Amino acid sequence: MIVLADVAQEAIQQAINALSLGSTYALLALGLAMVFSILGLVNFAHGELVTVAAYTMYLLNEEDVSFAVQVPAAIAAAAIAAILMERIAFRPLRGQSFLTLLFASFAISVIIQNIFLAAISPRQKGVRLPDLFNEAIHVGSYTIGWLQVITTATCLAALLVLTVFLRRSTQGLGMLAAAQDFQVARLMGIPANRVIAAAFAISGALAGVAAIFILARRGTVEPGMGFVPVLKAFIASVIGGLGSLTGAVAGGFVLAAIEVGLDASLPNDVLGFRDAFALAIVIAILYFRPEGLLTRPAEAR
Amino acid sequence: MADGLLQVESLVVRYGPIVAVREVSLRVEQGEIVALLGANGAGKSSFLNAVAGLVPPASGRVVFRGEEIQRLAPEQVVRRGIALTPEGRRVFPRLSVADNLRLGAVPQRDRASLERARERVFELFPVIRQRLAQSGGTLSGGEQQMLAIGRSLMAGPELLLLDEPSLGLAPILVDQIFELVERLREEGTTILLVEQNVHRALEVADRAYVLVNGVVEREGPAAELRASAEIERAYLGIGVSE
Repeated sequence: MIVLADVAQEAIQQAINALSLGSTYALLALGLAMVFSILGLVNFAHGELVTVAAYTMYLLNEEDVSFAVQVPAAIAAAAIAAILMERIAFRPLRGQSFLTLLFASFAISVIIQNIFLAAISPRQKGVRLPDLFNEAIHVGSYTIGWLQVITTATCLAALLVLTVFLRRSTQGLGMLAAAQDFQVARLMGIPANRVIAAAFAISGALAGVAAIFILARRGTVEPGMGFVPVLKAFIASVIGGLGSLTGAVAGGFVLAAIEVGLDASLPNDVLGFRDAFALAIVIAILYFRPEGLLTRPAEAR
Repeated sequence: MADGLLQVESLVVRYGPIVAVREVSLRVEQGEIVALLGANGAGKSSFLNAVAGLVPPASGRVVFRGEEIQRLAPEQVVRRGIALTPEGRRVFPRLSVADNLRLGAVPQRDRASLERARERVFELFPVIRQRLAQSGGTLSGGEQQMLAIGRSLMAGPELLLLDEPSLGLAPILVDQIFELVERLREEGTTILLVEQNVHRALEVADRAYVLVNGVVEREGPAAELRASAEIERAYLGIGVSE
Protein backbone atom coordinates (compact mmCIF):
# COMPACT_ATOMS: atom_id res chain seq x y z
CA MET A 1 0.00 0.00 0.00
CA ILE A 2 2.68 2.42 0.98
CA VAL A 3 4.71 1.56 -2.11
CA LEU A 4 1.68 2.08 -4.29
CA ALA A 5 0.96 5.43 -2.71
CA ASP A 6 4.57 6.39 -3.34
CA VAL A 7 4.30 5.43 -7.00
CA ALA A 8 1.06 7.39 -7.33
CA GLN A 9 2.58 10.40 -5.64
CA GLU A 10 5.66 10.21 -7.82
CA ALA A 11 3.47 9.98 -10.93
CA ILE A 12 1.40 12.98 -9.89
CA GLN A 13 4.50 15.02 -9.11
CA GLN A 14 5.94 14.19 -12.51
CA ALA A 15 2.65 14.96 -14.23
CA ILE A 16 2.67 18.40 -12.62
CA ASN A 17 6.25 18.93 -13.74
CA ALA A 18 5.34 17.89 -17.29
CA LEU A 19 2.31 20.16 -17.28
CA SER A 20 4.24 23.23 -16.21
CA LEU A 21 7.15 22.58 -18.56
CA GLY A 22 4.75 21.69 -21.35
CA SER A 23 2.71 24.84 -20.94
CA THR A 24 5.88 26.93 -21.38
CA TYR A 25 6.82 24.96 -24.51
CA ALA A 26 3.25 25.31 -25.75
CA LEU A 27 3.36 29.10 -25.57
CA LEU A 28 6.64 29.22 -27.48
CA ALA A 29 5.56 26.67 -30.06
CA LEU A 30 2.25 28.43 -30.58
CA GLY A 31 3.99 31.72 -31.36
CA LEU A 32 6.33 30.00 -33.78
CA ALA A 33 3.47 28.13 -35.45
CA MET A 34 1.36 31.25 -35.74
CA VAL A 35 4.01 33.11 -37.71
CA PHE A 36 4.86 30.01 -39.74
CA SER A 37 1.28 29.26 -40.68
CA ILE A 38 0.72 32.76 -42.00
CA LEU A 39 4.09 33.65 -43.51
CA GLY A 40 5.72 30.28 -44.16
CA LEU A 41 8.59 31.53 -42.03
CA VAL A 42 10.33 29.53 -39.31
CA ASN A 43 11.44 32.43 -37.16
CA PHE A 44 14.60 31.28 -35.43
CA ALA A 45 14.86 34.70 -33.85
CA HIS A 46 11.81 33.71 -31.80
CA GLY A 47 14.17 32.68 -28.98
CA GLU A 48 15.56 36.20 -28.87
CA LEU A 49 12.09 37.45 -27.96
CA VAL A 50 12.50 35.40 -24.79
CA THR A 51 15.90 37.04 -24.32
CA VAL A 52 14.45 40.53 -24.82
CA ALA A 53 11.75 39.87 -22.23
CA ALA A 54 14.23 38.36 -19.75
CA TYR A 55 16.69 41.26 -20.10
CA THR A 56 13.83 43.72 -19.66
CA MET A 57 13.13 42.06 -16.32
CA TYR A 58 16.82 42.07 -15.47
CA LEU A 59 17.18 45.78 -16.22
CA LEU A 60 14.05 46.74 -14.29
CA ASN A 61 15.19 44.49 -11.45
CA GLU A 62 18.45 46.42 -11.27
CA GLU A 63 16.42 49.61 -10.90
CA ASP A 64 14.38 48.02 -8.11
CA VAL A 65 11.17 48.29 -10.08
CA SER A 66 8.49 46.10 -8.57
CA PHE A 67 7.79 42.67 -10.00
CA ALA A 68 4.21 43.70 -10.80
CA VAL A 69 5.61 46.24 -13.25
CA GLN A 70 8.39 43.99 -14.57
CA VAL A 71 5.97 41.37 -15.86
CA PRO A 72 3.80 43.52 -18.13
CA ALA A 73 6.88 45.46 -19.23
CA ALA A 74 8.66 42.25 -20.24
CA ILE A 75 5.65 40.98 -22.20
CA ALA A 76 5.23 44.34 -23.92
CA ALA A 77 8.94 44.50 -24.75
CA ALA A 78 8.84 41.09 -26.41
CA ALA A 79 5.71 41.99 -28.37
CA ILE A 80 7.24 45.27 -29.54
CA ALA A 81 10.48 43.51 -30.47
CA ALA A 82 8.48 41.02 -32.54
CA ILE A 83 6.61 43.79 -34.36
CA LEU A 84 9.88 45.59 -35.07
CA MET A 85 11.44 42.38 -36.39
CA GLU A 86 8.61 42.07 -38.87
CA ARG A 87 8.67 45.71 -39.93
CA ILE A 88 12.42 46.06 -40.27
CA ALA A 89 13.55 42.63 -41.41
CA PHE A 90 10.75 40.43 -42.69
CA ARG A 91 8.42 42.85 -44.46
CA PRO A 92 11.03 43.88 -47.06
CA LEU A 93 11.59 40.17 -47.73
CA ARG A 94 7.91 39.30 -48.11
CA GLY A 95 7.39 36.72 -50.83
CA GLN A 96 11.02 35.64 -50.87
CA SER A 97 11.99 31.99 -50.61
CA PHE A 98 11.78 29.94 -47.44
CA LEU A 99 15.57 29.85 -47.19
CA THR A 100 15.95 33.61 -47.56
CA LEU A 101 13.54 34.14 -44.69
CA LEU A 102 15.21 31.45 -42.62
CA PHE A 103 18.63 33.04 -43.03
CA ALA A 104 17.20 36.45 -42.24
CA SER A 105 15.82 35.07 -39.00
CA PHE A 106 19.23 33.61 -38.11
CA ALA A 107 20.80 36.99 -38.83
CA ILE A 108 18.32 38.77 -36.57
CA SER A 109 19.00 36.23 -33.87
CA VAL A 110 22.76 36.84 -34.04
CA ILE A 111 22.33 40.62 -34.12
CA ILE A 112 20.10 40.68 -31.05
CA GLN A 113 22.41 38.36 -29.13
CA ASN A 114 25.34 40.63 -29.93
CA ILE A 115 23.46 43.72 -28.86
CA PHE A 116 22.98 42.24 -25.39
CA LEU A 117 26.53 40.95 -25.39
CA ALA A 118 27.96 44.36 -26.18
CA ALA A 119 25.54 46.54 -24.26
CA ILE A 120 25.25 44.50 -21.07
CA SER A 121 27.63 41.60 -20.68
CA PRO A 122 28.54 38.27 -22.23
CA ARG A 123 28.32 36.78 -18.73
CA GLN A 124 25.30 35.44 -16.93
CA LYS A 125 23.56 37.95 -14.70
CA GLY A 126 21.39 36.97 -11.78
CA VAL A 127 17.82 38.19 -11.52
CA ARG A 128 16.12 38.25 -8.16
CA LEU A 129 12.58 36.99 -8.40
CA PRO A 130 9.84 36.97 -5.74
CA ASP A 131 10.48 34.38 -3.02
CA LEU A 132 7.15 32.81 -3.80
CA PHE A 133 8.71 31.10 -6.84
CA ASN A 134 10.97 29.09 -4.54
CA GLU A 135 8.28 28.08 -2.08
CA ALA A 136 6.11 25.01 -2.13
CA ILE A 137 2.57 24.18 -1.24
CA HIS A 138 1.87 21.12 0.87
CA VAL A 139 -1.39 19.42 0.12
CA GLY A 140 -1.68 16.31 2.24
CA SER A 141 1.43 14.33 1.43
CA TYR A 142 2.03 16.21 -1.82
CA THR A 143 4.55 18.95 -2.27
CA ILE A 144 4.00 21.20 -5.23
CA GLY A 145 6.26 24.10 -6.13
CA TRP A 146 4.52 27.45 -6.50
CA LEU A 147 6.54 27.96 -9.65
CA GLN A 148 4.92 24.93 -11.25
CA VAL A 149 1.46 26.02 -10.22
CA ILE A 150 1.87 29.60 -11.38
CA THR A 151 3.52 28.54 -14.63
CA THR A 152 0.76 26.11 -15.49
CA ALA A 153 -2.05 28.44 -14.48
CA THR A 154 -0.65 31.47 -16.31
CA CYS A 155 0.22 29.61 -19.50
CA LEU A 156 -3.14 27.88 -19.64
CA ALA A 157 -4.87 31.21 -19.01
CA ALA A 158 -2.87 32.79 -21.86
CA LEU A 159 -3.88 29.93 -24.16
CA LEU A 160 -7.50 30.35 -23.12
CA VAL A 161 -7.54 34.10 -23.75
CA LEU A 162 -5.91 33.59 -27.12
CA THR A 163 -8.36 30.84 -28.08
CA VAL A 164 -11.34 33.04 -27.22
CA PHE A 165 -9.83 35.90 -29.20
CA LEU A 166 -9.14 33.68 -32.23
CA ARG A 167 -12.52 31.96 -32.18
CA ARG A 168 -14.83 34.83 -31.27
CA SER A 169 -13.51 38.08 -32.67
CA THR A 170 -13.58 38.86 -36.37
CA GLN A 171 -9.93 39.90 -36.20
CA GLY A 172 -9.01 36.57 -34.59
CA LEU A 173 -11.07 34.60 -37.06
CA GLY A 174 -9.26 36.42 -39.83
CA MET A 175 -5.97 35.24 -38.34
CA LEU A 176 -7.14 31.62 -38.18
CA ALA A 177 -8.30 31.91 -41.78
CA ALA A 178 -5.00 33.44 -42.83
CA ALA A 179 -3.19 30.59 -41.10
CA GLN A 180 -5.14 28.08 -43.18
CA ASP A 181 -5.07 29.87 -46.54
CA PHE A 182 -3.44 33.27 -46.61
CA GLN A 183 -4.38 34.13 -50.20
CA VAL A 184 -8.04 33.31 -49.76
CA ALA A 185 -8.12 35.21 -46.48
CA ARG A 186 -6.94 38.27 -48.42
CA LEU A 187 -9.64 37.65 -51.03
CA MET A 188 -12.12 37.85 -48.16
CA GLY A 189 -10.87 41.35 -47.41
CA ILE A 190 -8.61 40.52 -44.49
CA PRO A 191 -5.70 42.97 -44.61
CA ALA A 192 -2.41 41.13 -45.00
CA ASN A 193 -0.21 43.63 -43.17
CA ARG A 194 -2.47 43.86 -40.17
CA VAL A 195 -2.78 40.08 -39.82
CA ILE A 196 0.97 39.59 -40.09
CA ALA A 197 1.73 42.35 -37.58
CA ALA A 198 -0.83 40.86 -35.20
CA ALA A 199 0.67 37.39 -35.58
CA PHE A 200 4.11 38.73 -34.67
CA ALA A 201 2.74 40.78 -31.77
CA ILE A 202 0.96 37.74 -30.35
CA SER A 203 3.96 35.47 -30.86
CA GLY A 204 6.07 38.07 -29.04
CA ALA A 205 3.63 38.43 -26.15
CA LEU A 206 3.45 34.65 -25.73
CA ALA A 207 7.25 34.44 -25.77
CA GLY A 208 7.26 37.20 -23.14
CA VAL A 209 4.96 35.21 -20.86
CA ALA A 210 7.07 32.08 -21.36
CA ALA A 211 10.22 34.09 -20.66
CA ILE A 212 9.07 34.96 -17.16
CA PHE A 213 8.95 31.28 -16.26
CA ILE A 214 12.10 30.35 -18.14
CA LEU A 215 13.83 33.07 -16.16
CA ALA A 216 12.24 31.87 -12.94
CA ARG A 217 13.65 28.38 -13.55
CA ARG A 218 17.18 29.42 -14.42
CA GLY A 219 17.46 32.58 -12.33
CA THR A 220 19.88 34.27 -14.70
CA VAL A 221 19.98 36.04 -18.05
CA GLU A 222 22.64 35.67 -20.76
CA PRO A 223 22.73 36.67 -24.41
CA GLY A 224 22.39 33.14 -25.78
CA MET A 225 19.55 32.11 -23.47
CA GLY A 226 16.99 32.07 -26.29
CA PHE A 227 18.56 29.20 -28.19
CA VAL A 228 17.30 26.23 -26.19
CA PRO A 229 13.73 27.58 -25.91
CA VAL A 230 13.40 28.19 -29.67
CA LEU A 231 14.80 24.74 -30.37
CA LYS A 232 12.26 23.13 -28.04
CA ALA A 233 9.48 25.22 -29.55
CA PHE A 234 10.51 24.17 -33.03
CA ILE A 235 10.58 20.49 -32.05
CA ALA A 236 7.19 20.85 -30.35
CA SER A 237 5.61 22.47 -33.39
CA VAL A 238 7.06 19.81 -35.68
CA ILE A 239 5.63 17.09 -33.44
CA GLY A 240 2.22 18.73 -33.66
CA GLY A 241 2.47 19.35 -37.38
CA LEU A 242 4.25 22.55 -38.41
CA GLY A 243 1.68 25.24 -39.10
CA SER A 244 -1.10 23.74 -37.01
CA LEU A 245 -1.83 25.94 -34.00
CA THR A 246 -3.56 23.28 -31.92
CA GLY A 247 -0.81 20.89 -32.97
CA ALA A 248 1.87 23.24 -31.64
CA VAL A 249 0.22 23.38 -28.23
CA ALA A 250 -0.22 19.59 -28.14
CA GLY A 251 3.37 19.14 -29.33
CA GLY A 252 4.60 21.31 -26.45
CA PHE A 253 2.90 19.09 -23.90
CA VAL A 254 4.02 15.89 -25.64
CA LEU A 255 7.65 17.04 -25.72
CA ALA A 256 7.54 18.00 -22.04
CA ALA A 257 5.98 14.67 -21.12
CA ILE A 258 8.74 12.85 -22.97
CA GLU A 259 11.44 14.90 -21.26
CA VAL A 260 10.00 14.62 -17.79
CA GLY A 261 9.34 10.92 -18.31
CA LEU A 262 12.94 10.36 -19.33
CA ASP A 263 14.21 12.46 -16.41
CA ALA A 264 12.31 10.22 -14.03
CA SER A 265 13.10 6.89 -15.61
CA LEU A 266 16.60 7.10 -17.09
CA PRO A 267 19.43 5.76 -14.95
CA ASN A 268 21.78 8.42 -13.65
CA ASP A 269 24.74 7.54 -15.83
CA VAL A 270 22.84 8.13 -19.08
CA LEU A 271 20.76 11.07 -17.85
CA GLY A 272 23.19 13.40 -19.59
CA PHE A 273 21.96 12.05 -22.90
CA ARG A 274 18.35 12.84 -22.12
CA ASP A 275 17.88 15.17 -25.06
CA ALA A 276 19.27 12.56 -27.43
CA PHE A 277 16.72 10.05 -26.12
CA ALA A 278 13.97 12.65 -26.36
CA LEU A 279 14.85 13.45 -29.96
CA ALA A 280 15.00 9.75 -30.81
CA ILE A 281 11.42 9.44 -29.57
CA VAL A 282 10.44 12.51 -31.60
CA ILE A 283 11.99 10.93 -34.70
CA ALA A 284 10.05 7.74 -34.00
CA ILE A 285 6.81 9.74 -33.73
CA LEU A 286 7.52 11.52 -37.00
CA TYR A 287 8.40 8.22 -38.65
CA PHE A 288 4.86 7.01 -38.04
CA ARG A 289 3.13 10.40 -38.35
CA PRO A 290 5.25 12.43 -40.77
CA GLU A 291 2.62 15.19 -40.94
CA GLY A 292 2.69 15.57 -37.19
CA LEU A 293 0.28 14.35 -34.57
CA LEU A 294 -2.67 16.57 -35.28
CA THR A 295 -2.42 17.34 -38.95
CA ARG A 296 -4.43 15.11 -41.25
CA PRO A 297 -2.61 14.43 -44.50
CA ALA A 298 -5.24 16.18 -46.63
CA GLU A 299 -4.84 19.34 -44.62
CA ALA A 300 -1.08 19.35 -44.48
CA ARG A 301 0.32 22.51 -45.95
CA MET B 1 -14.66 53.87 -76.05
CA ALA B 2 -17.68 52.41 -74.27
CA ASP B 3 -16.65 51.88 -70.69
CA GLY B 4 -17.77 48.51 -69.32
CA LEU B 5 -18.15 47.65 -65.66
CA LEU B 6 -14.76 45.99 -65.96
CA GLN B 7 -12.29 47.07 -68.59
CA VAL B 8 -8.96 45.26 -68.84
CA GLU B 9 -6.36 46.64 -71.22
CA SER B 10 -3.20 44.86 -72.38
CA LEU B 11 -2.79 42.93 -69.16
CA VAL B 12 0.51 41.07 -68.79
CA VAL B 13 1.10 38.56 -65.99
CA ARG B 14 4.53 37.13 -65.49
CA TYR B 15 5.94 34.59 -63.04
CA GLY B 16 9.66 35.23 -63.21
CA PRO B 17 10.69 34.48 -66.79
CA ILE B 18 7.39 32.76 -67.63
CA VAL B 19 4.71 34.88 -69.24
CA ALA B 20 1.27 33.54 -68.31
CA VAL B 21 -0.88 36.30 -69.80
CA ARG B 22 0.29 38.42 -72.78
CA GLU B 23 -1.46 41.71 -73.41
CA VAL B 24 -4.98 40.47 -72.86
CA SER B 25 -7.77 43.01 -73.19
CA LEU B 26 -11.26 42.17 -72.05
CA ARG B 27 -14.47 43.98 -71.23
CA VAL B 28 -17.40 43.01 -69.05
CA GLU B 29 -20.61 45.05 -69.18
CA GLN B 30 -22.96 45.45 -66.25
CA GLY B 31 -25.33 42.47 -66.04
CA GLU B 32 -23.40 40.27 -68.44
CA ILE B 33 -22.09 36.74 -68.11
CA VAL B 34 -18.74 36.62 -69.87
CA ALA B 35 -16.93 33.31 -70.30
CA LEU B 36 -13.17 33.04 -70.44
CA LEU B 37 -12.25 29.76 -72.11
CA GLY B 38 -9.05 27.97 -72.87
CA ALA B 39 -7.03 24.82 -72.31
CA ASN B 40 -5.10 24.13 -69.12
CA GLY B 41 -2.25 26.57 -68.78
CA ALA B 42 -3.77 29.08 -71.18
CA GLY B 43 -3.60 31.77 -68.51
CA LYS B 44 -7.25 31.92 -67.44
CA SER B 45 -6.65 31.62 -63.69
CA SER B 46 -3.67 33.95 -63.85
CA PHE B 47 -5.91 36.51 -65.51
CA LEU B 48 -8.59 36.25 -62.81
CA ASN B 49 -5.98 36.32 -60.05
CA ALA B 50 -4.49 39.48 -61.53
CA VAL B 51 -7.90 41.17 -61.69
CA ALA B 52 -8.56 40.19 -58.05
CA GLY B 53 -5.17 41.57 -56.98
CA LEU B 54 -3.60 38.27 -55.93
CA VAL B 55 -0.91 38.58 -58.60
CA PRO B 56 0.42 42.03 -59.44
CA PRO B 57 0.35 42.42 -63.22
CA ALA B 58 3.63 43.18 -64.97
CA SER B 59 1.85 45.78 -67.10
CA GLY B 60 -1.56 46.79 -68.36
CA ARG B 61 -4.59 48.40 -66.80
CA VAL B 62 -7.59 47.04 -64.93
CA VAL B 63 -10.40 49.57 -64.67
CA PHE B 64 -13.43 48.83 -62.55
CA ARG B 65 -16.28 51.36 -62.52
CA GLY B 66 -13.91 53.95 -63.88
CA GLU B 67 -11.21 53.38 -61.27
CA GLU B 68 -7.80 51.86 -61.97
CA ILE B 69 -7.36 48.91 -59.62
CA GLN B 70 -4.38 47.01 -61.01
CA ARG B 71 -2.13 48.22 -58.18
CA LEU B 72 -4.57 47.34 -55.39
CA ALA B 73 -4.15 44.45 -52.96
CA PRO B 74 -6.83 41.73 -52.93
CA GLU B 75 -8.25 43.00 -49.65
CA GLN B 76 -8.84 46.37 -51.33
CA VAL B 77 -10.19 44.94 -54.60
CA VAL B 78 -12.92 43.02 -52.76
CA ARG B 79 -13.99 46.26 -51.09
CA ARG B 80 -14.44 47.85 -54.53
CA GLY B 81 -17.05 45.17 -55.35
CA ILE B 82 -15.16 42.34 -57.05
CA ALA B 83 -15.19 38.89 -55.42
CA LEU B 84 -13.19 35.91 -56.67
CA THR B 85 -14.25 32.33 -55.97
CA PRO B 86 -10.92 30.61 -56.51
CA GLU B 87 -10.26 27.41 -58.37
CA GLY B 88 -10.46 24.35 -56.14
CA ARG B 89 -13.06 26.04 -53.85
CA ARG B 90 -10.52 26.59 -51.06
CA VAL B 91 -12.95 26.82 -48.18
CA PHE B 92 -11.21 27.11 -44.82
CA PRO B 93 -11.18 23.41 -43.88
CA ARG B 94 -10.76 23.76 -40.13
CA LEU B 95 -13.27 26.58 -39.68
CA SER B 96 -16.99 26.05 -39.38
CA VAL B 97 -19.29 26.79 -42.31
CA ALA B 98 -20.73 29.70 -40.31
CA ASP B 99 -17.23 31.13 -39.78
CA ASN B 100 -16.41 30.68 -43.46
CA LEU B 101 -19.46 32.78 -44.31
CA ARG B 102 -18.64 35.32 -41.63
CA LEU B 103 -15.19 35.80 -43.15
CA GLY B 104 -16.75 36.40 -46.56
CA ALA B 105 -18.65 39.27 -45.00
CA VAL B 106 -15.56 41.07 -43.69
CA PRO B 107 -15.91 43.88 -46.29
CA GLN B 108 -19.57 44.47 -45.34
CA ARG B 109 -20.02 47.76 -43.55
CA ASP B 110 -23.47 47.59 -42.04
CA ARG B 111 -25.41 44.90 -40.28
CA ALA B 112 -28.51 45.09 -42.44
CA SER B 113 -26.73 44.33 -45.71
CA LEU B 114 -24.80 41.56 -43.96
CA GLU B 115 -28.06 39.96 -42.86
CA ARG B 116 -29.47 40.32 -46.36
CA ALA B 117 -26.40 38.66 -47.86
CA ARG B 118 -26.66 35.83 -45.37
CA GLU B 119 -30.33 35.25 -46.11
CA ARG B 120 -29.64 35.30 -49.81
CA VAL B 121 -26.94 32.64 -49.45
CA PHE B 122 -29.32 30.44 -47.44
CA GLU B 123 -32.00 30.92 -50.08
CA LEU B 124 -29.62 29.99 -52.90
CA PHE B 125 -28.07 27.09 -50.99
CA PRO B 126 -30.53 25.70 -48.43
CA VAL B 127 -28.06 22.91 -47.62
CA ILE B 128 -25.57 25.46 -46.27
CA ARG B 129 -27.96 26.44 -43.50
CA GLN B 130 -28.03 22.84 -42.30
CA ARG B 131 -24.26 22.62 -42.25
CA LEU B 132 -23.45 25.80 -40.31
CA ALA B 133 -21.79 24.09 -37.36
CA GLN B 134 -19.76 21.61 -39.43
CA SER B 135 -16.19 22.42 -40.35
CA GLY B 136 -15.63 23.32 -43.98
CA GLY B 137 -13.34 20.38 -44.61
CA THR B 138 -16.10 17.86 -43.84
CA LEU B 139 -18.41 19.05 -46.64
CA SER B 140 -18.73 17.18 -49.93
CA GLY B 141 -17.14 18.66 -53.04
CA GLY B 142 -20.43 20.09 -54.26
CA GLU B 143 -21.25 21.57 -50.88
CA GLN B 144 -17.78 23.09 -50.66
CA GLN B 145 -18.30 24.74 -54.03
CA MET B 146 -21.61 26.15 -52.86
CA LEU B 147 -19.99 27.38 -49.67
CA ALA B 148 -17.14 28.94 -51.65
CA ILE B 149 -19.57 30.80 -53.91
CA GLY B 150 -21.79 31.69 -50.95
CA ARG B 151 -18.77 33.04 -49.10
CA SER B 152 -17.93 35.26 -52.07
CA LEU B 153 -21.53 36.50 -52.19
CA MET B 154 -21.35 37.52 -48.52
CA ALA B 155 -19.24 40.49 -49.60
CA GLY B 156 -22.15 41.66 -51.78
CA PRO B 157 -20.04 41.87 -54.97
CA GLU B 158 -21.14 43.63 -58.11
CA LEU B 159 -18.81 41.48 -60.18
CA LEU B 160 -18.23 37.84 -59.35
CA LEU B 161 -15.19 36.07 -60.76
CA LEU B 162 -15.77 32.31 -60.86
CA ASP B 163 -12.73 30.12 -61.48
CA GLU B 164 -13.69 26.64 -62.70
CA PRO B 165 -16.80 26.31 -60.51
CA SER B 166 -17.92 23.01 -62.10
CA LEU B 167 -14.54 21.29 -62.03
CA GLY B 168 -14.62 17.83 -60.47
CA LEU B 169 -18.35 17.89 -59.71
CA ALA B 170 -20.93 15.19 -60.50
CA PRO B 171 -23.10 16.00 -63.58
CA ILE B 172 -26.16 16.83 -61.51
CA LEU B 173 -24.13 19.33 -59.48
CA VAL B 174 -22.68 20.79 -62.65
CA ASP B 175 -26.27 21.51 -63.76
CA GLN B 176 -26.94 23.21 -60.44
CA ILE B 177 -23.85 25.39 -60.74
CA PHE B 178 -24.80 26.63 -64.21
CA GLU B 179 -28.39 27.25 -63.10
CA LEU B 180 -26.98 29.22 -60.22
CA VAL B 181 -24.82 31.32 -62.50
CA GLU B 182 -27.89 32.29 -64.53
CA ARG B 183 -29.89 33.02 -61.44
CA LEU B 184 -27.19 35.23 -59.95
CA ARG B 185 -27.15 37.27 -63.14
CA GLU B 186 -30.94 37.62 -63.06
CA GLU B 187 -30.60 38.95 -59.53
CA GLY B 188 -28.15 41.58 -60.67
CA THR B 189 -24.64 40.14 -60.24
CA THR B 190 -22.31 40.46 -63.21
CA ILE B 191 -20.20 37.35 -63.80
CA LEU B 192 -16.85 36.59 -65.38
CA LEU B 193 -16.65 32.83 -65.67
CA VAL B 194 -13.56 30.69 -66.28
CA GLU B 195 -14.58 27.20 -67.37
CA GLN B 196 -13.18 24.08 -68.95
CA ASN B 197 -16.73 22.95 -69.68
CA VAL B 198 -16.92 24.87 -72.93
CA HIS B 199 -20.39 23.78 -74.06
CA ARG B 200 -22.10 24.63 -70.81
CA ALA B 201 -20.22 27.87 -70.41
CA LEU B 202 -21.22 29.01 -73.90
CA GLU B 203 -24.84 28.14 -73.15
CA VAL B 204 -25.08 30.53 -70.21
CA ALA B 205 -22.66 33.22 -71.36
CA ASP B 206 -23.50 36.31 -73.39
CA ARG B 207 -20.02 36.69 -74.76
CA ALA B 208 -16.82 34.70 -74.56
CA TYR B 209 -13.08 35.03 -74.96
CA VAL B 210 -10.83 32.14 -75.93
CA LEU B 211 -7.32 32.24 -74.50
CA VAL B 212 -4.50 30.29 -76.10
CA ASN B 213 -1.03 30.51 -74.58
CA GLY B 214 -1.89 33.71 -72.79
CA VAL B 215 -3.27 35.48 -75.86
CA VAL B 216 -6.92 36.17 -76.82
CA GLU B 217 -7.34 34.01 -79.90
CA ARG B 218 -11.06 34.64 -80.42
CA GLU B 219 -13.79 36.69 -78.88
CA GLY B 220 -17.42 37.33 -79.64
CA PRO B 221 -21.02 36.56 -78.75
CA ALA B 222 -21.36 33.14 -77.17
CA ALA B 223 -23.91 32.06 -79.79
CA GLU B 224 -21.41 32.73 -82.55
CA LEU B 225 -18.65 30.78 -80.85
CA ARG B 226 -21.05 27.96 -80.11
CA ALA B 227 -21.83 27.69 -83.82
CA SER B 228 -18.20 27.29 -84.78
CA ALA B 229 -17.78 23.75 -83.57
CA GLU B 230 -14.13 23.68 -84.45
CA ILE B 231 -13.11 26.00 -81.63
CA GLU B 232 -12.68 23.21 -79.17
CA ARG B 233 -10.53 21.21 -81.46
CA ALA B 234 -8.54 24.16 -82.62
CA TYR B 235 -7.92 25.87 -79.31
CA LEU B 236 -9.03 23.81 -76.42
CA GLY B 237 -7.93 20.28 -77.21
CA ILE B 238 -10.08 17.22 -77.54
CA GLY B 239 -12.07 15.89 -74.64
CA VAL B 240 -13.08 19.16 -73.05
CA SER B 241 -16.63 19.09 -74.37
CA GLU B 242 -18.08 16.96 -71.58
